[in-house]
Amino acid sequence: MRVELVRRQQHSALFSALSPFIALFLTLIAGAILFALLGKNPVSALYSYFVEPLTEIWSWHELLVKAAPLILIAVGLSVCFLSNNWNIGAEGQLIMGGIAGSILPVVFPDFQGWYVLPMMLLLGMAGGMAYATIPAFLKVRFNTNEILTSLMLVYVAQLFLDWIVRGPWRNPQGFNFPETVQFNSSAILPEIWASSGRAHWGFVLAIVAALLVWFMLSRTLNGFEIKVLGRSARAGRFAGFSAGRLTFFAFLVSGALAGLAGIAEVSGAVGQLRTTISPGYGFTAIIVAFLGRLNPLGIVAAGLVLALSYLGGEAAQVSLGISEKSARIFQGIILFFVLASDTLIYYRIRFVTRHSDAAAKGA
Amino acid sequence: MTSISDENGAGHPLLEATGLTKIFGSLKACDGIDLTIGTGEIHALLGENGAGKSTLVKMLFGALQPTSGEIGWKGKAVAVANPAMARSLGIGMVFQHFSLFDALTAAENIALSLDEKTDLNTIAAKARDIGRTYGLPVDPDALVGDLSVGERQRIEIIRCLLQNPDLIILDEPTSVLTPQEADLLFVTLERLKSEGKSILYISHRLEEVRRLCDRATVLRHGKVVGQCDPRQETAGSLARMMVGSDIHVIERRPNAAPATQSALIEVNGLSQKPRGPFSVSLHDIRLAVNPGEILGIAGVAGNGQGELFEAISGEVLQERPDIVRIRGRDTGRSGISARRRLGAAFVPEERLGHGAVPNMSLTDNLLLSRYATDGKVFLGGGLLRLLQQSSLALAAKRIVAQMDVRKSAENPDASALSGGNLQKFLIGRELDRNPAVLVVNQPTWGVDAGAAAHIRQALVDLARSGSAVIVISQDLDELFEISDRIAAMVHGRLSQSVPIEAMNMERVGLMMGGADTASAHASTGAA
Amino acid sequence: MGMFEAILLTVATAATPLLIAAMGELVVERSGVLNLGVEGMMIMGAVAGFGVAQLTGSAWLGMFAAILAGAAFSLLFGFLTLTLVTNQVATGLALTLLGLGASAMIGESFVGLPGVRMQSLNIPVLTDLPVVGKFLFGQDPIFYMSILLTIGVTWFLFRTRAGLTLRAVGDNHTSAHALGVRVIRVRYLAVMFGGACAGLAGAQLSLVYVPQWVENMTSGRGWIALALVVFASWRPWRILAGAYLFGAVTIGQLHAQALGIGIPSQFMSSLPYLATIIVLVLISRNKRLTLMNTPTSLGKPFVPDR
Repeated sequence: MRVELVRRQQHSALFSALSPFIALFLTLIAGAILFALLGKNPVSALYSYFVEPLTEIWSWHELLVKAAPLILIAVGLSVCFLSNNWNIGAEGQLIMGGIAGSILPVVFPDFQGWYVLPMMLLLGMAGGMAYATIPAFLKVRFNTNEILTSLMLVYVAQLFLDWIVRGPWRNPQGFNFPETVQFNSSAILPEIWASSGRAHWGFVLAIVAALLVWFMLSRTLNGFEIKVLGRSARAGRFAGFSAGRLTFFAFLVSGALAGLAGIAEVSGAVGQLRTTISPGYGFTAIIVAFLGRLNPLGIVAAGLVLALSYLGGEAAQVSLGISEKSARIFQGIILFFVLASDTLIYYRIRFVTRHSDAAAKGA
Repeated sequence: MTSISDENGAGHPLLEATGLTKIFGSLKACDGIDLTIGTGEIHALLGENGAGKSTLVKMLFGALQPTSGEIGWKGKAVAVANPAMARSLGIGMVFQHFSLFDALTAAENIALSLDEKTDLNTIAAKARDIGRTYGLPVDPDALVGDLSVGERQRIEIIRCLLQNPDLIILDEPTSVLTPQEADLLFVTLERLKSEGKSILYISHRLEEVRRLCDRATVLRHGKVVGQCDPRQETAGSLARMMVGSDIHVIERRPNAAPATQSALIEVNGLSQKPRGPFSVSLHDIRLAVNPGEILGIAGVAGNGQGELFEAISGEVLQERPDIVRIRGRDTGRSGISARRRLGAAFVPEERLGHGAVPNMSLTDNLLLSRYATDGKVFLGGGLLRLLQQSSLALAAKRIVAQMDVRKSAENPDASALSGGNLQKFLIGRELDRNPAVLVVNQPTWGVDAGAAAHIRQALVDLARSGSAVIVISQDLDELFEISDRIAAMVHGRLSQSVPIEAMNMERVGLMMGGADTASAHASTGAA
Repeated sequence: MGMFEAILLTVATAATPLLIAAMGELVVERSGVLNLGVEGMMIMGAVAGFGVAQLTGSAWLGMFAAILAGAAFSLLFGFLTLTLVTNQVATGLALTLLGLGASAMIGESFVGLPGVRMQSLNIPVLTDLPVVGKFLFGQDPIFYMSILLTIGVTWFLFRTRAGLTLRAVGDNHTSAHALGVRVIRVRYLAVMFGGACAGLAGAQLSLVYVPQWVENMTSGRGWIALALVVFASWRPWRILAGAYLFGAVTIGQLHAQALGIGIPSQFMSSLPYLATIIVLVLISRNKRLTLMNTPTSLGKPFVPDR
């Protein structure tokens, strides 16, 4: 048997809407098979993975804590990916945003007041932006592949964070732990409902960012420009759009949002800078962006789904003894199924068996 | 080998196809086609764009599998499973859009279609041999990407001849040749015929079919609509068979605009280095078009037409502002949007992926070239520049009505339209602005006769209303039909233009071959 | 063993995985497919190699398992990009993310276990030759394979009919299809070859370089291999040169760290990554030249009409 694709004349609106759901459904099936192979009851495993974390209030808070950076970053990445700029260094931009935003509470701990937090957020965005400018500049000026440069810069950022936290910024009273001082209260991003859990205002920022970017993409000439240049650079040039300018724009937006995610994570979820501030949010956000079909509103939903997979991994480890690393397998599989389902938007799939092949020719 | 198979096939036609049908999705590209080709005949396959000629020959060559129908070869039914099998049967093909590899040498290109393993030196020697015999000189070690279109075609033909085929299929071979080069090709084809080989000759150029071919099969909408001896027919009667009705004759009123007016578009000494690996450099190009005039630019593909278009449109900027002047303003350093705001409009050669984004709707594609000039109508919200979908829909509807664009949905993707209908939309998109200057590259390439006539009439009408029009085209008949003056491009140079009254096929052919450029340059120097 | 000899040997050990993975990717890209999943296939090779060697006690079996794992994993990419025509960049990223995740889970129980080291060659007299003896005659089998691979790929691409076909497919898949070349089949084979090479490169890491399992132990080498292909302008011998250049940078910074020259170790460790960026900038500066060398259909989707 052979799989053949037949191009649709018109892209299918039905499958555009359905494809994320098809992908999630297939992921669940694949997950069930995986659990069965590991000798676990698939139904109870899936339950503890995807339902159990939602049965308690505090874990809803955790969901929002994890979803906030994923959504923020993925919203920025949607601008990049739609315009055919492959920024895969969001993890590095997140780290640099976290570091830049921490300058005030770490270096000037006595500088306090209501204005500290907004300044930190702005500094975080500026840090992420500045770091994202590097691959953008290299792409526009020297034609250098942004995939490789943005990724290499992630490793550099991780090493830089490691150095700054172990070296110049280490808490002198911290018993030699690789950590900075605890941020003072005016440098902490507050909780939304402090009485019931940890969820901080980072999630609200994420929703606002998603709405703003959604409006830009769907209603403005700027959004039109992004989509045109992403689908056909040559037609974009014919329209009078500048690919170089847009590359900077896309990297700056996504760098700023990744930086914001970084500082929100540091000042909201952690309260100090450590050698590791993200469990790979910058990479998982790539999956979020695609699962949300590069639409900021879809990304909000997708961010919650992927956040749930982190919680599910932890829950499955506790209740079933499956490694929490299984979450990363789930995340990887989702992306594969999303990409595969997207094929249905532009193509009809035909299964050709030898038998039907021969029949067609004989007819 | 040839003689043995001839004996085997004695009494049978060389090729006999019956009821060949090919269905793509819901489209019947070929519908029950019968075709018979005798030994030693040059058989024409006639039909306009979209009639199913290419699909039919791809089935004969094994590149496509028929949905139904049979192919008989030398009296035996065969299933041509793939091109390799076609070659081993003795069917060779010279493709229209060449099946060559730019990054490989000529010899490597030839090696790829030889089924037995031969080393490259032997292939190079053989290619030189065949080239000498048939008047097709090639350099086997040259990179194909560096060769001209005519040279590439020679490689295709040599590649085909090296397999010693009994039937050679040529798909629109003269569309990439100057008239003189075409004459040389005809000599080669006559010689092959005299050696007992058969040729299936696909063309929509009726004069050459009448001159060269022994028999003709005419296709329309995927069906055979007639068989004839083209020498007994007139070009007009063949055209009627192809199109199914009388061809619309372009109405050309004399140019009413006073000749004293200054040019609306000028190019003054445009030179440019090649921008990509296999692109052409431009040398000191000069032209000027007055109100009411159509300047036709002839030339074989790949002589710098695309580069010239992008330079005039502003997709590529010039070194000095005065190199391109639109309505008296220096625009050489201004981008395409600024040039549009001065009243210029552009329609590129490639529709999908240059003039339009394939998987975007018609209204989106309307906005593509109009947001800069018609921002007041299509954009709102001040600095936010919000898209006004309702005005876009209205304008799209107007264009669709004006240009008679046929479509299957309210606002389909550009890729869902047929080539002719999309081209009508893209030209209508610019005409809708009433531009003072229109530059269009290959306006009717791959477009059916009805749509082509509509487009040509619209171009003439625009010029007669006082605009300046530049038409870049490989179709000489088209240029003769609508131009007031004709110039030719060769190797990135543009000849002096010649008024249509003083122009004929032979002269334009010489200009396209570069023979006439010397005199042209002398006169530019004097002027 | 002298200092120079020792450095030469460690440079070779650091360069070999890059060389093998990049050579595989070169063949993939020459066929017109961009597989950004090298890092993922490599780490799958590393974990499979380590695991099977642990289980059986045989480094050789581990190595074969790694090759198989890399090739099998690449099939996933092949099915999506070649059969379902998905975006190659996104699918390659997916392969890397899945590979890193899956290897982390598979390898969880391997953490801290002593590995099985692949034995180095030892030929009496020859191995003991001064200066070059160890380098030429005393290395691990995968080193020799990497050299043979370089020779083999060069010969295949430029001296065989199949290699010509592969280059033709990478240059213009539409033309190749019109001539009757089975484009998708050629690409499947190329992708699997690339996967097998990445798997072997991973095995070198977990069986020779550091015979143990550490999560994310490829630490960006797959990505550097991808950069090497660009650096080499898609030519096999330049990959050899590039891999040894990077090997030298890696080893150089390690020695500098060991000498304690006062620069923070993190800065030294980031040198290979920064070097990659600099080299990429230098090589891609000339846009026209880059376009000339890049296989024309690289990364472009292909759906044959039938």
